[in-house]
Amino acid sequence: MPVEYYLWLASILFGIGLLGVLTKRNALILMMSVELMLNAANLTFLAFARRSGDVAGHAIAFFVIAVAAAEAAVGLAVVIAIYRSRGAINVDEVRVLSE
Amino acid sequence: MSVTAEQVTFWVFAIPLVATAIGVIMSRSPVYAAMNLVAAFFFLAGIYVLLVAHLIAFMQILVYAGAVMVLFLFVIMLLSLGDEHLIKEPRRAMQLIGALGVVLLVAVLASAIAQARTSELATLAADFGTVKAVGRVLYTQFLLPFEVTSLLLLVAIVGAVVVAKERI
Repeated sequence: MPVEYYLWLASILFGIGLLGVLTKRNALILMMSVELMLNAANLTFLAFARRSGDVAGHAIAFFVIAVAAAEAAVGLAVVIAIYRSRGAINVDEVRVLSE
Repeated sequence: MSVTAEQVTFWVFAIPLVATAIGVIMSRSPVYAAMNLVAAFFFLAGIYVLLVAHLIAFMQILVYAGAVMVLFLFVIMLLSLGDEHLIKEPRRAMQLIGALGVVLLVAVLASAIAQARTSELATLAADFGTVKAVGRVLYTQFLLPFEVTSLLLLVAIVGAVVVAKERI
């Protein structure tokens, strides 16, 4: 089975994640969409690792998972801090830097 | 055209994966979105197994469906957002523009996929994707990024505590 199917699946998954980032205003769902995009990138790495028979793609996917875990921890801490200071997690209302 | 077991398994995992991923961005409540995301991670782990990435599939369930999702659910419950906090979505025009951008991006990706030589599959080594093979690459070729990752995780732990704590 050619890896083309997996690449298609990854691009569709990335598109769904991007659509979530562009249209959702809830900070938590926004971060989940980012996780979807990271997973799509992982799927691409693994598909090309399968095609070329090189385990290096698996190592990159390992690092992506580690970075995503760190991103989730820090991002959720920021969401908690914003909720404490403003009582909302709507990203449209958080624009201190632009005012 | 004969249908192989790999193709059947691919569709069994791919269709629910896309469905749950759409569920993540369609649900208004963060709890439903998180539940859809857990399911999506599990289906994606199945796809990883099809790609002979056994270690990564295991880590996907352990780290993503386990640790990251517990973190998400923990924060959702910590914030205790009621129904009045369900966020009004932006205007229809903005959603249309977003969808248009996504369609354009997928079109670009499609042309890239068409140019990639995807049908020539390498014959895999016997230990491809196992802990042994991936570990060997991690500790030789990727030793520096591996150590930097440990530093990154330390910084993330300390940073998360500093940002989220009211008073230290």
